[in-house]
Amino acid sequence: MLTTALALGVLAVLLAWPVPVLLARSAWPAGSPGVALVLWQSIALAGGLAMIGALLVYGLIPFGANPVAGIRSLADHLATGSVPAGTSLDHVLALCGALLLGGHLVLNLAVTFVHAERQQRRHLNLVRLLSEPLEGRPGTRVIDHASPVAYCLPSVTHSATVLSRGLLSLLDPPQVRAVVAHEEAHLAQRHHLVLVAFKSWHSALPWFPIANRAENAVALLVEMLADDQARLAVDDHTLATAIALVGSAGLGRSPEARFSAGAADAAAFVSRDRPVDLVTPRVRRLLTPPPRLTAAASVAVLGSAAALLVLPAVLLAQA
Amino acid sequence: MDVLWDSGESLPANELRDRLLTPAASAANRKPLATTTVLTVLSRLETKGFVVRDRGIRPHRYRAMTTRAEHTAGLMHEVLGSAPDRQDALARFIGNVSPQEAETLRRLLETIPLHRE
Repeated sequence: MLTTALALGVLAVLLAWPVPVLLARSAWPAGSPGVALVLWQSIALAGGLAMIGALLVYGLIPFGANPVAGIRSLADHLATGSVPAGTSLDHVLALCGALLLGGHLVLNLAVTFVHAERQQRRHLNLVRLLSEPLEGRPGTRVIDHASPVAYCLPSVTHSATVLSRGLLSLLDPPQVRAVVAHEEAHLAQRHHLVLVAFKSWHSALPWFPIANRAENAVALLVEMLADDQARLAVDDHTLATAIALVGSAGLGRSPEARFSAGAADAAAFVSRDRPVDLVTPRVRRLLTPPPRLTAAASVAVLGSAAALLVLPAVLLAQA
Repeated sequence: MDVLWDSGESLPANELRDRLLTPAASAANRKPLATTTVLTVLSRLETKGFVVRDRGIRPHRYRAMTTRAEHTAGLMHEVLGSAPDRQDALARFIGNVSPQEAETLRRLLETIPLHRE
């Protein structure tokens, strides 16, 4: 039991620091964003499981010879309100820690999902009221605003892609098609679920630098995945031009011109520092496509992602 | 809401119904709209804060709480917004771009051959 707890602890530490740092620094994810996205998810999930598992297994040592027997015996002892001989304060603290950490992560995930869902529903209602459908594309709505904006609103029943008038006048029709294909890829591949999960991880552990790094890396990978879908519809240069045009649209204009409607908030918007550049890597990647992972390397990465998820369970079973 | 926004003044429910009927409904040959239906919708919109009811005179008159432009502004503020959690929930085609990044993008744009038309 003690070796299992230690092994899980080591795994948790590895997944909490060196592994994500290495992954965030490596260059191959730009070539195969889908594979990298799977790996990020399995690192996050396995890291959390290993951390909670390590605390749980350590806390259960006085209760039984293996985790299952330990949990049974813990339930019996909770019912009678006693503790077995040899229980020290650190075992109790470890159990409490496991319970708190697990509960915190699960509750935070639920709250973030509910919050995002409510906000999107409210926003979707307003969009329905204020926009009109784009000719020939029922799922695409156009809103009358000068800033070039495009985004998607995922919903269980009525997902929508929203474009602004400013975007339509900035881009030519093939470029608009690229943007719409990009947004529809987000919707079709349910990217918002991954984003919300990582956002909740970050907000649950705000002091944990890796969570921030992971959230940014995942956000960029998701954009690249959607770009790859859009490349099926239009050529790379059209998409790259669309991204660069929208991204640089604010240049040479005063903040007031960018935000005729919300001038008061423009200053806050412009000065808001965003730590990671999520746009220029996408354009560079389209102009000089990075090499994709070979089939063997992809299988190896996916295999290790699966192994990461199984590892905490195997360690627990062998205790 | 469109009728209220376009009129720019406060309207009683029956007049609102007449305006709703004239162009579209007769063309669609649908069942005529009852004033009570309009009233139901209006009271729901009132609870949601979209319309205000003027109770001073009978019949009560309704007007839009904010203009269409204000609603659009609110929507765009939410999309472009300064609150980080809001903008994360709505994944935009292009997120916030710093001035330096925009400059880099403009330079990159010049290297794309297709763009020189």
